[in-house]
Amino acid sequence: MSTEVKETAAPEQGTERRINMIEAINEALDITMSRDDDIVIMGEDVGYFGGVFRCTAGLQEKYGKSRVFDTPISECGIIAAAVGMGAYGLRPVPEIQFADYIYPGLDQLISEAARLRYRSAGEYIAPMTVRSPFGGGIFGGQTHSQSPEAIFAHVSGLKTVIPATPYDAKGLLISCIEDNDPVIFFEPKRIYNGPFSGYYDKPVQPWKKFEASIVPEGYYKIPLGKARLATEGEELTILAYGTMVHVVEAVCAEKGVEADILDLRTIVPLDIEAIEESVKKTGRCLIVHEATRTAGFGAELSALVTERCFYHLEAPIERVTGFDTPYPHSLEWAYFPGPIRIGEALDKILSE
Amino acid sequence: MADRPPSEGDRAAGKAGDNRPALSLHVPEPKFRPGDTVDFSHIDVPEAGAQARPDEACDPHQMQDLAFGLVRVLGEDNKAHGPWDPKLDPETLRTMLGHMAMTRAFDERMFRGQRQGKTSFYMKCTGEEATSVSASMALAADDMVFPSYRQQGILIQRGYPMIEMINQIYSNKGDKLKGRQLPIMYSSREHSFFSISGNLATQTPQAVGWAMASAIKGDSRIAATWVGEGSTAEGDFHSACLFAAVYNAPVILNVVNNQWAISSFSGFAGAERSTFAARGVGYGIASLRVDGNDPLACYAAELWAANRARANAGPTLIEFFSYRAEGHSTSDDPSGYRSAQEREEWPLGDPVMRLKNHLIELGEWDEERQEKMDLEAAEHVKKVTKEAEANGILGHGLHHPFRTMFEDVFEELPWHLKEQSEQAIRERETKFPGGLDL
Repeated sequence: MSTEVKETAAPEQGTERRINMIEAINEALDITMSRDDDIVIMGEDVGYFGGVFRCTAGLQEKYGKSRVFDTPISECGIIAAAVGMGAYGLRPVPEIQFADYIYPGLDQLISEAARLRYRSAGEYIAPMTVRSPFGGGIFGGQTHSQSPEAIFAHVSGLKTVIPATPYDAKGLLISCIEDNDPVIFFEPKRIYNGPFSGYYDKPVQPWKKFEASIVPEGYYKIPLGKARLATEGEELTILAYGTMVHVVEAVCAEKGVEADILDLRTIVPLDIEAIEESVKKTGRCLIVHEATRTAGFGAELSALVTERCFYHLEAPIERVTGFDTPYPHSLEWAYFPGPIRIGEALDKILSE
Repeated sequence: MADRPPSEGDRAAGKAGDNRPALSLHVPEPKFRPGDTVDFSHIDVPEAGAQARPDEACDPHQMQDLAFGLVRVLGEDNKAHGPWDPKLDPETLRTMLGHMAMTRAFDERMFRGQRQGKTSFYMKCTGEEATSVSASMALAADDMVFPSYRQQGILIQRGYPMIEMINQIYSNKGDKLKGRQLPIMYSSREHSFFSISGNLATQTPQAVGWAMASAIKGDSRIAATWVGEGSTAEGDFHSACLFAAVYNAPVILNVVNNQWAISSFSGFAGAERSTFAARGVGYGIASLRVDGNDPLACYAAELWAANRARANAGPTLIEFFSYRAEGHSTSDDPSGYRSAQEREEWPLGDPVMRLKNHLIELGEWDEERQEKMDLEAAEHVKKVTKEAEANGILGHGLHHPFRTMFEDVFEELPWHLKEQSEQAIRERETKFPGGLDL
């Protein structure tokens, strides 16, 4: 790669600027684009309009139409063009408007982007970051709520990253864009504007009320493959990512459970050391994700914890997940792995 | 459950509910099956030189006739005719003939190598040499090509070392792709030849993306991609055409219509109703249908398209109308689905013979020199094959070290692949204590 990275000013020390996740993502894109002329953004409605969630707002005006542009409604074409651009030497950041619509691009992701470095023995690479809003809790019904991360975790050659806070969203996205491997960056759209407790009948608190929305203005990175200890506790370990980090935090706070809540941040490659360390300390493990249960990423986590921490476990590993059904519309809150389902699992795992 | 249609019995008894005619499904059927007498007189072969050659910057809508016609240069008289005659000098024509002959000699030897058990798989391009060699000669060496698996002629034309091709086919210790890829899935960044994928048509929108990148950077290089007519049925081909048209990408979409996709004739890709070049018209892409067994026409069409792309006048779709003279691959027996007569009756002849006869007609070649050239090509391939065999043949133990299986999945080896790599090495040590390269 002949990428020339430009210097940007160091972040101001002690800034207490608070922004939401959308603004954090927009800043990550802006900063990386200003540092590297080879970064291009493309996707449906990302250009002039600035994206249906506003994540790319203002970027076309700032960087021009040849670097930020709208595409035909063709996920296959978007991903494929990004693979070709990567082969040329660009660093594309394609957007798929909803993770539910990533499937037409799957052949290009699984058969091409993920395998290109391997099959060409490093001659060609696909240094692309596919951004896509994912997850439920917004009355999105079947096709605006899915969490397909397990499909990507199963593909050798892809990295999958899911932020849970504005601070992480910016630092992780910058890392993804600068990474030379293809990365799927899933943005939990439920928490774009504020963390979600799982209590859907309570008003949403905006990000600015939370410390994780303190985001430095300048360039910083959060390494891929490193989990974040969201809260520290001795009673059990909870493995979660995305929206569910905030839901389990709220449930634990309400029930007075003191848990190590590990926000995995990257599911491939996984921070196995952090998981082992925590489970060996607590002896109990609860896994929580929105995605459907069977062959979900929780199954992989459960298997790994069993293999590596078996003699430290004092109770069976529990999984709290979405049900094995398509994501329903009217019955969303019966489907969503909310406080009652999590509370029940906590009671069970702590009573063993 | 779906609504149940009336049964034949119901219809016979007049219980179908109405008197509308019964619908019937059309399933295309090739004209000839094994044992049939072949008659290709239904194929319209226009006179060489009769086709107009529009300006390279013309509006795609002025090209509709060319999308349904057939651009030809070499006539029955072995002379070059008309406005598409690229007027190549005899030396260039001999070079073209030499690359095509070498491609054919290479195919012969590698096919035999597979039959001898030296590798698992091979695919010939017999009869289609002009669609890669001649077309590739019209491009600059640094124009990026995104081929399918039947364009080995491009590598030969671009001077890719033949030993690298054979090392790859044998998956031996000299294989630059480290034995990871099925034979013939070459890759050479140095020769601007994109990594071949087994997944059909995926390269077509990638080529468009590459061309878009070249345009984004204000580069002067263009991209060209090749796809078989069968694979144009894939959604990727639609994406490629659409993105090429929308962004006016400097790309050439070459469709090699060799009439067959394994056992399925081109009708299953839509050939009964239209030409493949005609699809370009629908997207607003300049489109040419070309005699794919006419090396001069192939060269001229590719050059026209390259000039168009270089002038920012946009993409071109070229259908090379040709015939797959051999089986699909070493795993295929075409006598199970088509008449053996097809090859001999093919109205557009053989590209190597046509160019040879043209050179002879020009007084620049003779049968003796042709014979000598064919012999030298066969000897060259034989010699290089021997050199490659010193690096090993498939399954005979000379391959890349075991640990390399885990490399290049990612830029860096993550923990889980480190663990699996260690496991593979342990297994190897158990099987061959103290021996063999790990």
